[in-house]
Amino acid sequence: MADDGAAVIDKAGLNTLITALARRGRTVIGPTVRDGAIVLAELSSGDELPYGWGVELEAGHYRLRERADGAAFAHSAGPQSWKTFLHPPRERQWTAARTADGELEFSEDRTPPPAYAFLGVRPCDLRAIAVQDRVLTAGPHADARYRGRRRRAFLVAVECTEPGATCFCVSMGTGPAVGPGYDLALTEVLDDNGHRFLVRAGTQEGESVLAELPRRPADPATRTAARDRVAEAADHMGRTMPPVNLQTLMRDTLDAERWNDVTARCLTCGNCTMVCPTCFCTSTEDITDLTGDHAERWRRWESCYDLDFTHLAGAGSVRSSPRSRYRQWLTHKIGTWHDQFGSSGCVGCGRCIVWCPTGIDITEEAHALNAERAAATGQPR
Amino acid sequence: MTVLAPRASVATVPVPYRVVECSAESADTATIALEPVGSPLPAFTPGQYAMVYAFGVGDIPLSVCGIDGHRLTHTVRSVGATSAALRSLRPGTRVGVRGPFGTAWDLDAASGRDLLLVAGGIGLAPLRPLVHDALAAPQRYGRLNVLIGARTPGDLLYTEELRRWRDAARTLVTVDRPDATWTGDVGVVTALLDRAAFDPANSVAFVCGPEVMIRATARELVHRAMDPDRIRVSLERTMHCATGHCGHCQLGPLLLCRDGPVVTWTHAQTLLFVREL
Repeated sequence: MADDGAAVIDKAGLNTLITALARRGRTVIGPTVRDGAIVLAELSSGDELPYGWGVELEAGHYRLRERADGAAFAHSAGPQSWKTFLHPPRERQWTAARTADGELEFSEDRTPPPAYAFLGVRPCDLRAIAVQDRVLTAGPHADARYRGRRRRAFLVAVECTEPGATCFCVSMGTGPAVGPGYDLALTEVLDDNGHRFLVRAGTQEGESVLAELPRRPADPATRTAARDRVAEAADHMGRTMPPVNLQTLMRDTLDAERWNDVTARCLTCGNCTMVCPTCFCTSTEDITDLTGDHAERWRRWESCYDLDFTHLAGAGSVRSSPRSRYRQWLTHKIGTWHDQFGSSGCVGCGRCIVWCPTGIDITEEAHALNAERAAATGQPR
Repeated sequence: MTVLAPRASVATVPVPYRVVECSAESADTATIALEPVGSPLPAFTPGQYAMVYAFGVGDIPLSVCGIDGHRLTHTVRSVGATSAALRSLRPGTRVGVRGPFGTAWDLDAASGRDLLLVAGGIGLAPLRPLVHDALAAPQRYGRLNVLIGARTPGDLLYTEELRRWRDAARTLVTVDRPDATWTGDVGVVTALLDRAAFDPANSVAFVCGPEVMIRATARELVHRAMDPDRIRVSLERTMHCATGHCGHCQLGPLLLCRDGPVVTWTHAQTLLFVREL
């Protein structure tokens, strides 16, 4: 076995990881059970991890369920994603003051960004962070505050060994094995040899954190078990996307009948955009204080399902029908995202399926559009 | 069409500008000239836009309709809260400006060819600096045509200037609804194309106005065998950030704040014929 520096830690090692990251001045965020869900919150100890909890997922359905094995990471995506921290729901962009002589002074908030450590980033969500990086920092204008938070963040990825019924990361090429971009990557192994985690470092800082943990060199049995569990996870995807080029499928089906069918079920509530780990849209809000001499510019998450999203003063909304708004979301996510940002906007996490109040399933809609196109063109699916 | 990116901070945080002139164009429209209070923004190119901020109200995208050194001129029609505030500005007031943003008209590509500028309503504003540039160097181009449509005679912009344009360019004006004094053309702007002096095989068209007018004009030009690559249109969508991050300005594959507002008809044509895209 090659000496890749991989190590094995146990639950105590995971505790030490959290304290080691906190000692480096980082705010450690990870999964924990709260209000009947596995949420992402600040962790002060490994005891807060969801040991022994799994989730039961279906379209429009999320339930916690107890597990007999005490696993910490045998659950798939919860309602939140890391964008809550990297691309916060509300953020002040600048303030403006009108001085006594009528001048305007604009000031940018220059407080240093928080130094996060994310523990338990699933491979699909690691890809989602990379997707948001491209959207918010790779264009002609970079979002400086996002970039500051992102550059300081320490990412502990955890490979997926137990996908949910709504997962389709294999279709999107984002999991269940971890891709690049992590500082540390963990794979949880539970068998007759005990409860342990295979750990690899992806960066120098990852290596130096790993060196602080109680650990032993990775043994062949743990490596094999870890590899097998991830390979098995790939065979347990609850959903798949149609095996076609989704970008051209979206381009070809803008006038499909299926949009009417899904619109009969879509409430245009925007839940899918809030839970999606890559949806990035925002609106700006300008506020003033009672003196009228101080103004602030805020940015908040916005949804393309909102009727006002395309509102042009004097002309009305471009996308006034619910049909056009669902179509915008789906065609952007898996189609025009490629044109705009060079990749798909979907990572196959399944959150939009789970948190849709009427259980609309992005994979089912893509299959239906593919079937409609195939029928129209007389081609096999 | 090149994207000219400003420094990162002036893309998100406004720079103070002073209102130095305001003139009413019509009942709901005014032209405002702005000069920097301190450091100016990077240079704007015709076709590009600025985000102009009215204190405490908000900012909106406004194409530049005049560029003179560091002085920026914008024509604004009052249709919402921010445009109403900007239309009512008085000299001396401070505003915030971000930019320059977006793609430019690219007048260089028209060198040696007939020019066809077609405007509907306030769509004349972003075309005005092109008229100025073309009139300043007429030997660089073939024949210059300026075709203008307005709702009523009272909505016509830059009426003083139009007289000067008529001396050097074929300037044709039509209105939808004439008043008692109007003796000119009545009808849609595409009807003026018959009287424009241009060779479709060797022309460049610059078109801005309501989307229905852009579609009709471009379709008519393509019908006259103009190359869709040489028809440039300036499109409008809601914009909040202008930096490609807010998502509001999407038109299919385009982020119009970044990939527009000026796009070729080759890019725009399939998108503008999909309802509610």
